[in-house]
Amino acid sequence: MTETGIGAPVRRTEDKRFITGKGRYTDDINVPHQTYASFVLSPHAHATINGIDTKAAEAAPGIVAVFTGKDVAEAGIGGLICGWMIHNKDGSEMASGAHPALANDKVRYVGDHVAMVIGETLEQARAGAELIEVDYGVLDANVETGKAKDKSAPQIHDAAPGNAVYEWAIGDEAAVDAAFEAADHVTSLDIVNNRLVPNAMEPRAAIGDFDAGTGDFTLHTTSQNPHVARLILSAFIGLAPENKLRVIAPDVGGGFGSKIFVYAEETLCVWAAGKIERPIKWTSSRADAFLNDAHGRDHETRAELALDKNGKMLGLRVKTVANLGAYLSTFSSSVPTYLYATLLSGQYNLPAIFCEVDAVYTNTAPVDAYRGAGRPEACYVIERIVETAARELNLDPVELRRRNFVAEFPHETPVIMTYDIGDFGASLDKALDLADYDGFGKRKAASEANGKLRGIGFSTYIEACGIAPSAAVGSLGAGVGLWESAEIRVNPTGNVEVLTGSHSHGQGHETTFAQFTADRLGIPMDQVSIVHGDTDKVQFGMGTYGSRSGAVGMSAMSNAIDKVIAKATKLAAHLMEASEGDIVFENGSFSVKGTDKSLAFGEVSLAAYVAHNMPEGMEPGLKEGAFFDPANFTFPAGCHICEVEIDPETGTTEIANWVAVDDFGTIINPMIVEGQVHGGIAQGVGQALVEGAVYDKESGQLLTGSFMDYCMPRADNLPSFKLGFTETVCPSNPVGVKGCGEAGAIASPAAVMNAVTDALGVKDVPMPASPATVWQAIQSSTKQAAE
Amino acid sequence: MPTVSMTVNGKSVSGDVSANTLLVDFLRETLGMTGTHVGCDTSQCGACVVHVEGKAAKSCTRLAVQCEGAAVTTIEGLASGGDLHPMQEAFRDNHGLQCGFCTPGMIMAGVDLANRRGNKLDEDTIRNELDGNICRCTGYHNIVKAIAAGAAAMDK
Repeated sequence: MTETGIGAPVRRTEDKRFITGKGRYTDDINVPHQTYASFVLSPHAHATINGIDTKAAEAAPGIVAVFTGKDVAEAGIGGLICGWMIHNKDGSEMASGAHPALANDKVRYVGDHVAMVIGETLEQARAGAELIEVDYGVLDANVETGKAKDKSAPQIHDAAPGNAVYEWAIGDEAAVDAAFEAADHVTSLDIVNNRLVPNAMEPRAAIGDFDAGTGDFTLHTTSQNPHVARLILSAFIGLAPENKLRVIAPDVGGGFGSKIFVYAEETLCVWAAGKIERPIKWTSSRADAFLNDAHGRDHETRAELALDKNGKMLGLRVKTVANLGAYLSTFSSSVPTYLYATLLSGQYNLPAIFCEVDAVYTNTAPVDAYRGAGRPEACYVIERIVETAARELNLDPVELRRRNFVAEFPHETPVIMTYDIGDFGASLDKALDLADYDGFGKRKAASEANGKLRGIGFSTYIEACGIAPSAAVGSLGAGVGLWESAEIRVNPTGNVEVLTGSHSHGQGHETTFAQFTADRLGIPMDQVSIVHGDTDKVQFGMGTYGSRSGAVGMSAMSNAIDKVIAKATKLAAHLMEASEGDIVFENGSFSVKGTDKSLAFGEVSLAAYVAHNMPEGMEPGLKEGAFFDPANFTFPAGCHICEVEIDPETGTTEIANWVAVDDFGTIINPMIVEGQVHGGIAQGVGQALVEGAVYDKESGQLLTGSFMDYCMPRADNLPSFKLGFTETVCPSNPVGVKGCGEAGAIASPAAVMNAVTDALGVKDVPMPASPATVWQAIQSSTKQAAE
Repeated sequence: MPTVSMTVNGKSVSGDVSANTLLVDFLRETLGMTGTHVGCDTSQCGACVVHVEGKAAKSCTRLAVQCEGAAVTTIEGLASGGDLHPMQEAFRDNHGLQCGFCTPGMIMAGVDLANRRGNKLDEDTIRNELDGNICRCTGYHNIVKAIAAGAAAMDK
């Protein structure tokens, strides 16, 4: 391994601009003659719109234009879409209520967009928005996940009777029933996966622009997938043909899923820029981000696990209600179905699984993919119930897991996944060693001597990443294929531009991809530039989410690099008058076996562009592309162990120790991979201990609408993490990588809550396990013990 | 409209502002210095931390006119010539950043922390002192390492 080769912890190329304040995020960009947009948002969770008076706003100083839902509807602009069709158990299609970019007759959650006010300055736009008079007819709000379908619950969309989006199921119900009849022991658990607000540190922003001379639109936006955004804005919303709409996602300050989706604001900035023939800039406030960025999670689940007397798992039955909010966001419908229930087998040889999911509308913000998207919810169900079962059976949770681990691959689960490779025992063993499991008893005793409660919790997680085989997701209802593209553009002087459809918003692609390409081509890393995030520069691509940029994006690069090397080898053979079979490409040099003849990569590329001496029939130039469509999902897996110490006087939980051992297959840059794991764990610990979006059950007001009310994990909520890796090389892509972006967020909530419940000796504590919640749990269990 | 004058990164600057213009908006909009970021509206996130008269300040919570005559340092002014400040170097070397959005505030807060609490900073001190800066990407693990290393390097 060289200093910058595959496997080296190369320092990041992109850091130079970020640490010197030279990053270029959307809000840093200003376009000449730009105007500013401010949106009027609904203050009510559920109300009819009886009228909107825009006169005072239109007459206010500096107001350029005011638009309402009526204007958007009259312009024939389509509503925001959900791109994944889910079918009900009876085969019928899910119910999907219309989602106009500006509400027409009704608002359906606090923050729903009612009017767009455009001003010469931001202050004027905001002042104008204050002058919009909306006559609302306030309706009762339908807020609670578990009660959304009650007969008395207010009806939100005419298209979705009873507020049901779909009633979906997967697995073999009869086989599960039989497994439960044969069971010696059944463990059941009612759990809630709390609603989260993504809170990427950079708020969303957009600048829409229109060139009246050419008819071209440009959108600068905070997107994880600019091509997908363009496709949706063009083909489904109907703003402009794809060839007349350029979408640029420059530096993006974190996404975590929330910047996958196409929202009302960027849609309207593009559309209205065409109307007023001037650029329009909009930047979200944090307050608006809380209201309007798609939230995550929000499941209520009952799970039952059937086991025999030896602790062998026989069957799993799961019933989940998933809250999708007031409208179906871009990929929302897939999250509690194919990204969730298909992972309920965990790392276990579970012969039968049946899962039903009822998705419901409520008067809350739309819910969609958030780091992990469905897989953290699945991991939480299976890892919490396995730990609970071990306690009920008086078995070591480690032992119960070992008895049930899948050990042979490929392994078909009862919920349509085929695990291609893994070694679950190896990651567990390594984690136990790093966590000093044998010393836990001593540490617990020491804590008790100090009046503290100590607990340990495990999470042996698996996830399906690298989404995904296009035909497979198509058969499951996806409206798009999930391949990725790459183009390797070798310049005459031998340096290289890599054009990728993946998008970096913190993941360090400019480093990892350059490191990979430089290693494969045997050239210095600084001779490789990564180009991404601009539909005018990069061929179509699907973007970054689902831990897919390595497994799918880099695989496309790998295949394109293969093509470059193949062409260059042919050309080198011709130039050195050798047979192609005698050419060896190594360390950036083409040499003829058994001779001292060789040509450097740059010499061959120059020859390809000078083109004075090409082989018969070979085109000049050295530029190759590839579209990679994976054969299977990838299956990162591993073991996280969390040890907590709880102060029973205050209910404060401190994470005393954290071990994570992950199998991500081949690792290109371990420094970056470790960083991804750290961040994922922090988000999972945030969910478990401090974060939770809360709506008032009556009014539907978001009670946790700022960083003062919604607790983000701070440095002092977290420990330093101990990480380890095991490696089974992924057989489903040419790079051997599995993906690492979401693992931490998937594994960690279950590890924390298994540790907290272990410390308290109770079956369940709701997330977030805040000091008040934990203190209450201690009081109730003490009271129960006394009774 | 009042005119405000101050020294930013060693240069005298002045501009017309509203009485309610925030320092961060003066930096970003009037001066075009976009290295200082805005991540919230409640003074919680710390993405906007700059130094005013050598001390860390949240530039979203200070009016531009309050800084009349003051010496302000932003992330753009931390490096001297071609050399990165030791804290910048430490963030890069320890992978203390991912998306980069909170980073300017983190680095400015880190320098301030070393100025206030010395060059030998233990993990607990750093974690406790960082409660005014939120990062969503890194889990703080490498930020803590970076600040310890950066503070130590500032001693040299």
